[in-house]
Amino acid sequence: MKDSVRNFQGWLLFAPAAILLLAFTHYPTITTFLNSLYTNKSVIRPRRFSGIEGYESMLSDPIFWKVFANNMWLALGTIPTSIGLAIIMALIVNKAIPGRGLLRMAYFTPTMLPMIAVANIWLFFYAPEIGLIDQAASIFGFESTNWLGSPSTVLPSIMVMTVWKEAGFFMVFYLAGLQTISPELEEASKLEGSSRWNYFWRVQYPLLLPTTLFVLINAFLNSFKLVDHLFVLTKGGPDNASNLILYYIYETAFAFLDISYASALTIFLLVLLALTALAQFLFIEKRVHYR
Amino acid sequence: MTSKNKFTSSLELMGAYILAAFWVLPLLYAFWAAFHYSNDAIHFNIFSPLTLDNFREAWSQAPFLRYGLNTFLLVSFILPGQLLISTLAAYAFVRFKFSGANVAFALVLVQLMITPEILIVQNYVTLSKLGLVDTITGMGLPYVASAFCIFLLRQTFKSIPKELEDAAELEGCSTMGILWKVYVPLATPTFIAFSLVSVSHHWNNFLWPLIISNSVETRPLTVGLGIFGSPETGVDWSIMSAATLISVAPLLIAFLIFQKQFVQSFMQAGIK
Repeated sequence: MKDSVRNFQGWLLFAPAAILLLAFTHYPTITTFLNSLYTNKSVIRPRRFSGIEGYESMLSDPIFWKVFANNMWLALGTIPTSIGLAIIMALIVNKAIPGRGLLRMAYFTPTMLPMIAVANIWLFFYAPEIGLIDQAASIFGFESTNWLGSPSTVLPSIMVMTVWKEAGFFMVFYLAGLQTISPELEEASKLEGSSRWNYFWRVQYPLLLPTTLFVLINAFLNSFKLVDHLFVLTKGGPDNASNLILYYIYETAFAFLDISYASALTIFLLVLLALTALAQFLFIEKRVHYR
Repeated sequence: MTSKNKFTSSLELMGAYILAAFWVLPLLYAFWAAFHYSNDAIHFNIFSPLTLDNFREAWSQAPFLRYGLNTFLLVSFILPGQLLISTLAAYAFVRFKFSGANVAFALVLVQLMITPEILIVQNYVTLSKLGLVDTITGMGLPYVASAFCIFLLRQTFKSIPKELEDAAELEGCSTMGILWKVYVPLATPTFIAFSLVSVSHHWNNFLWPLIISNSVETRPLTVGLGIFGSPETGVDWSIMSAATLISVAPLLIAFLIFQKQFVQSFMQAGIK
């Protein structure tokens, strides 16, 4: 009797969360999948079951491959650099040095800015001729470059901005990781006369491996979810050179009104991210091993 | 310390400051440009006159006060909702081993993988069926149940000793009384950490609010700024800088004042 009361109470407490999660996570996931299996409804004909046709046309869509490749390049171009900088920043502000609070604030501030504001600020830096970078380059006799307007420079330009925005965020996790390392280890390595360089590579770096794995996966997930800057900087252009999957989904659904195809693209993104997140769970379960 | 060591450490210190300078310069430039005429700002005329015209102009071109109010309303809808709903759910998971709790928890964790950011298309369809397009409620609703918050609170509640609960029960505390008087106070650090992370996230969110809002009455600061900056309007850098500063000021000032708390919250939420 007591048990069934507690059972009921438990479900009652969980109910509000359950209803909202069902409505905005599970239900849309299922309907997105179903929609991807049907054609769009139009005025002249009702929607019909088309099976995996949507996915077949996705695989033969050159823009899909383009935006997917862009996403992967973006991840490859920003994550290792951000992590490297984040480790350096964390090592800096973890020490008792003058102005430590100010340094930490400087590194972390871009994290607090919305991506849309960051894009507004950097838009001026990248502007051809009058922009900060071109003005600096012209002093050294370089010619003006349309950084965001040419397919070869647009993605690297966005990468630089992204590293600036994210490094300080990752720093925080390394700072947390560094603080769990016992200070006795540093004293011991000093007594043995080993260099700071050695101490980092032999002690700190291996002990930070779980942090690195955590940051790596989250950075990868983030790089697929963050597309706000495209609205200000490039709108995905020129010729999709800076377009990303999520922005392409947005365009397909809300500009081209092709819900069926947008659903197929969403399922692709969803499976990719879910598998990545799942890998994280499995790794954390096992913990990273170090000798 | 040998002189060679001293030399390297002062070199390192210099490197640290140079890196910091690079990290604040973009924002400092925007700040400087906002107070100068755009012709001077573009050409870096350091001794050119200061002006407040850009702020006046930006302020008159877009209803930033209304946008700010909308952002504030959005965050004040999402955060209390998240805290309330997650507290109840976490309590259910930790102290009521209800049947099917494990499956239910697995279903909660699904949201950590499939976040609302990705489900924009279908959630738009759902909200338009509910008639909630272009409302603050519709903008906030998909985020109110947060798997992350439930997860964090569950971890925290689990670490609270059962003896405290038993003692409260002996003193005649009801089920909800125990939650309110024992669990919630002891979880305050988690509440603060999650709140700061959540507010920063939703204050800065753009894509979903852009999709779901289409009037001045609902548009948050980020979306307002996004429209403001569209190149078709002809860009004046100084006015744009002023508009950007107006938009980021509330959160940025809060961060500068409570810097330590913000950084620590992000840290805590990250480690779980």
